[in-house]
Amino acid sequence: MTVEFVLNGKRVTAEATGDTVLLDVLRNLGCHSVKCGCETTNCGLCTVWVNGKSRLSCSVLALSIEGQEITTLEGVKEKAEEFGSFLAAEGAEQCGFCSPGFIMNVLAMVRELKNPNIEEIKEYLSGNLCRCTGYMGQLRAICKYMEHMKEEVHS
Amino acid sequence: MLTINNYVKAKSLEEAYELNQARNARIMGGMLWMRLGNARVQTLIDLSDLGLDQIEETAHVFRIGAMCTLRQLELHEGLKVLYGDSIAESVRHIVGVQFRNQATVGGSVYGRFGFSDVLTCLLSLDTFVELYNGGTIRLSEFINRKRDKDILVSIIIRKSNRRLKYDAVRRAKTDFPVLTCAVVAGPVHGKETWYFSVGARPMKAKVLEKKWSIPRDISDGLLMDYAKEAAAGFDYGTNMRGSAEYRRHLAEVLIRRSMHAILMEE
Amino acid sequence: MRVVNQPVPKVDSRALVEGQPVYTDDLAPADCLIVKLLRSPHAHALIQDINLTRALAVPGIECILTYEDCPDKRFTMAGQSYPEPSPYDRLILDQRVRFVGDAVAIVAGTGKEAVNKAMKLIKVKYEVLEPLLDFRKAKDNAILVHPEDNWKSLFPVGADNKRNLCAHEEDGQGDIESVLVSCDYVLDRTYHTKANQQAMMETFRTYTHLDTYGRLNVVSSTQIPFHVRRILATALDIPKSKVRVIKPRIGGGFGAKQTAVTEVYPALVTWKTGKPAKLVYTREESFIASSPRHEMEIRVRLGADKNGIIKGIDVYTLSNTGAFGEHGPTTVGLSGHKSIPLYGKAEAFRFIYDVVYTNVMSAGAYRGYGATQGIFAMESAVNEMAGILGMDPVILREINMVKEGQTMPAYYGETANSCALDRCLARAKKMIDWDNKYPYRDMGGGKIRGVGVAMAMQGSGIASLDTASVGIRVNDDGFYTLMVGATDMGTGSDTILAQMAAECLDCDMEEIIVHGVDTDSSPYDCGSYASSTTYVTGMAVLRTCEILRRKICAKGASYMDCAPDDVGFDGEKVLNLKTGESISRQEIGNRVMCNNEDALYASEAFSSPISPPPFMVGIAEVEIDKETGQIEMIDYAAVVDCGTVINPNLARVQTEGGIAQGIGMALFEDIVYNEKGKNYSNSFMQYKIPSRLDVGEIRVEFESSYEPTGPFGAKSIGEIVINTPPPAIVNAVHNATGVLIRELPVTAEKIYRGMKNKEK
Repeated sequence: MTVEFVLNGKRVTAEATGDTVLLDVLRNLGCHSVKCGCETTNCGLCTVWVNGKSRLSCSVLALSIEGQEITTLEGVKEKAEEFGSFLAAEGAEQCGFCSPGFIMNVLAMVRELKNPNIEEIKEYLSGNLCRCTGYMGQLRAICKYMEHMKEEVHS
Repeated sequence: MLTINNYVKAKSLEEAYELNQARNARIMGGMLWMRLGNARVQTLIDLSDLGLDQIEETAHVFRIGAMCTLRQLELHEGLKVLYGDSIAESVRHIVGVQFRNQATVGGSVYGRFGFSDVLTCLLSLDTFVELYNGGTIRLSEFINRKRDKDILVSIIIRKSNRRLKYDAVRRAKTDFPVLTCAVVAGPVHGKETWYFSVGARPMKAKVLEKKWSIPRDISDGLLMDYAKEAAAGFDYGTNMRGSAEYRRHLAEVLIRRSMHAILMEE
Repeated sequence: MRVVNQPVPKVDSRALVEGQPVYTDDLAPADCLIVKLLRSPHAHALIQDINLTRALAVPGIECILTYEDCPDKRFTMAGQSYPEPSPYDRLILDQRVRFVGDAVAIVAGTGKEAVNKAMKLIKVKYEVLEPLLDFRKAKDNAILVHPEDNWKSLFPVGADNKRNLCAHEEDGQGDIESVLVSCDYVLDRTYHTKANQQAMMETFRTYTHLDTYGRLNVVSSTQIPFHVRRILATALDIPKSKVRVIKPRIGGGFGAKQTAVTEVYPALVTWKTGKPAKLVYTREESFIASSPRHEMEIRVRLGADKNGIIKGIDVYTLSNTGAFGEHGPTTVGLSGHKSIPLYGKAEAFRFIYDVVYTNVMSAGAYRGYGATQGIFAMESAVNEMAGILGMDPVILREINMVKEGQTMPAYYGETANSCALDRCLARAKKMIDWDNKYPYRDMGGGKIRGVGVAMAMQGSGIASLDTASVGIRVNDDGFYTLMVGATDMGTGSDTILAQMAAECLDCDMEEIIVHGVDTDSSPYDCGSYASSTTYVTGMAVLRTCEILRRKICAKGASYMDCAPDDVGFDGEKVLNLKTGESISRQEIGNRVMCNNEDALYASEAFSSPISPPPFMVGIAEVEIDKETGQIEMIDYAAVVDCGTVINPNLARVQTEGGIAQGIGMALFEDIVYNEKGKNYSNSFMQYKIPSRLDVGEIRVEFESSYEPTGPFGAKSIGEIVINTPPPAIVNAVHNATGVLIRELPVTAEKIYRGMKNKEK
């Protein structure tokens, strides 16, 4: 069967069977930022947006997204680069394998939460595992990024 | 590994129900648990076009569509007004936001999972499930029924003047719980009544009802006696996450703490 | 310093945060064969028959390989320099299967669906044997994990397959028994650390193809490309010249990828079929058939006089290497050699160990490499000794710790050339406000907070063994190519090596491009493990730069027609010190491309006779629920002496990450098997690693000593950082509740039980 959906603003079609998951479809369509880390919905590496909301593409059936809007890191390049530069400035991307899914959820968070405190940030991102950093550098990057965004709004 | 031969987005509940009568047909929830199994599904039925993703609040009930996500439950203002943070507390430890944007209330309830926080919590309230064919029945009755081919349409929580406290113990913050516990108190037919729901024992949650009238200034010792009596009404088992003995102890502690918190709220 | 000791971003950071396709699976062509492994359901069995008829009939199946298709030459998957201390005890596929999950058949086909279908149709008949699952009973057990006659040990490590022994050794100095007898207090305790998973986010994976010359090209997520070349040549029984290994970006390793876990399988498929093939382990496979930390049981006997001077240390370690001996003989050594030397006043020590085979998955290398286990035992014992002496554990350490300039008999007699352990302890104590928080504070509401302390050391590469070489080339316009064989696995080693080169060559980071690793073109490096890259490869960079500077000067001098002794190089230009005439690096770079017979290239190697230890102190503050035993990390103060910090950001993140892993090991990470040897901890649902809600606050500072033999005074950082959390957390729990936990992980239930027993 084929499924048609909007990927990063462009209408695309892909082949899929009943049990094909969105993750595989996206990688086949060249969105290599989307990584598989666990297959059991625990790690957050495969985070993409479905109609603007963070979801785990390893567990979204490809056929179920007919007509919907899917966004991957490739589709939010500018924003990802902007936040990514804060991450890199802390050295907190480390191996980088969890970065795309993490960045997608950070961008979803800053859209959804107004002025989150540290606890709210940690809780929102608790589904994004990282084995390299111990999370502290990511948190530093987020705090600096949010400060930077506030300054941008003011100026 | 899960195999799905045929995926259908149902156009009506009627169609979904009829498709579901086939032997290897399954209704899809958030696709989080089913995907981990090895089921061979002939027809998978998706209910997501049927408007079941709303939480409707009326003067008497909350009607939670089966396809509502746990995240919707967590953020719902009306539930917050009535139950404080307790409903949100019962879901916010579940994996992460992405997971809860996907996991459905219907899937959580239909699955009757031993580890389910949601089930533990809903069970302690005046909760019913609306079935497509089987009418509206109490949640406590539903979860003990044999699985059949009916479709869970919505969860209905009857509003009442009851207070809810939810608590759970986990080894790691986003792990499955070692024990879950929901305590509810309020007048039922004019009598002060307590409901105790304990799950992840590791068996699925079960609810007990006690007609207890407990004074606000009860001593710690006497309150502990009540909690022990309530905890003794459940059976406990051992698995990787904890022993039966420890779970029983946790049940006593969590029940007592929740009772205390409820009494202090008055 | 201009570049070294600066927090420069990683050279690959942009690609990583943009999600560029730079990892193994991103690079494999879409049409390559998909390889999967059929695995044993039994912990110990002999394959009697494998029927492939129906499976081979599945459309799209290219080949199915069994033990009959594999060379009968044993090898080890351990990434170590030849001759490897790890025994040659493996075949690619064997008739005997030795753990639940051991590979039985290699299935390759054109798609996932075909391969999965074929896997279900392979019929295997097993003769099921009794498994050996209790590592305490393994030595001299009637059940032999490796009865085969072609098992061999290349190195004198005390191995004997007919006794289930992968290694045995005894070491010591002084008369330990009489020293212990002379002590006022002798403590005798046994500690148990479990197998843990590295759980890097990118699972094991390899993609292979044949190149223009018919050579086997291997793109793999590995820490050890040069060792993989040798391992594959040995396993496939082909010349090493036929193998080329390329390391792309790696999604984390932590030692897991110091074992060639996946490479042999697609390599065999490609070698047999001539077709490209890839094997990507699922998370489940990465949990059940990988290379976790060795489970160890460690008995410590510690003797002290009444003033608290630790006079004698006796350690016996029993290590469980599982079904195969990867890293078995070497990890165990660190459990004593990197724990005993922390205490500088001991008059005698003894260290004995046994490493045994059992029918669980093979262990491997995991950050800390045995030191983690040994330090848990040693530091816990020292904390218990403080209790016996009625002494603050910080003070007990202050009076006993190893000091700069001391010889360390248990550390192969090396001298601590650089050691700021005393400063680390003083600073960590201040950071956590130890004097006001020790031993505990009752926070009210049934919560109590305790603090606990531990010290640690590691090494910097393997002394007199690890060898690193780098090459640096001057290109047109004068930019440099730094060619390394060391493997950046996300740690940022490409970056810190470039920083060192930029410092030495007086240029900006942007003028250096880093190339690595390709065994065809990169200079030899044993790989990134044993905390070797900063120290060993870093020194190779320094040496290479020195030679290259001389060559640049000589070339500049010849272009200016003057003597090499008359010129200097300031990074931008070669200057005739007598005349003031100069020639730019850019011009030299361009001119050497014509009519030139001197390659403007230098390549030097380095190996160190010593392995200078970094030191560290960690202090944990935890909060315990007095009724449930639930434990919450509040604060972790860590101070590290890694010598000069080459990149403060990357060193900090390394430290924070290592501490988080240590917290996971301390609190809940545990590989659990059932009574038949089936691994229950086979997913991130059942094997929990810390989320960002589990780690509390982690605060890291540096107290640098200056290591005279290291690059810019640097020592290692990668491994030591995992060592302090388990003992510090156990100590904090003890200080808060009086409950002593000697078996990891510390769980709420153990704390609850301990508190309950104390009430009795």
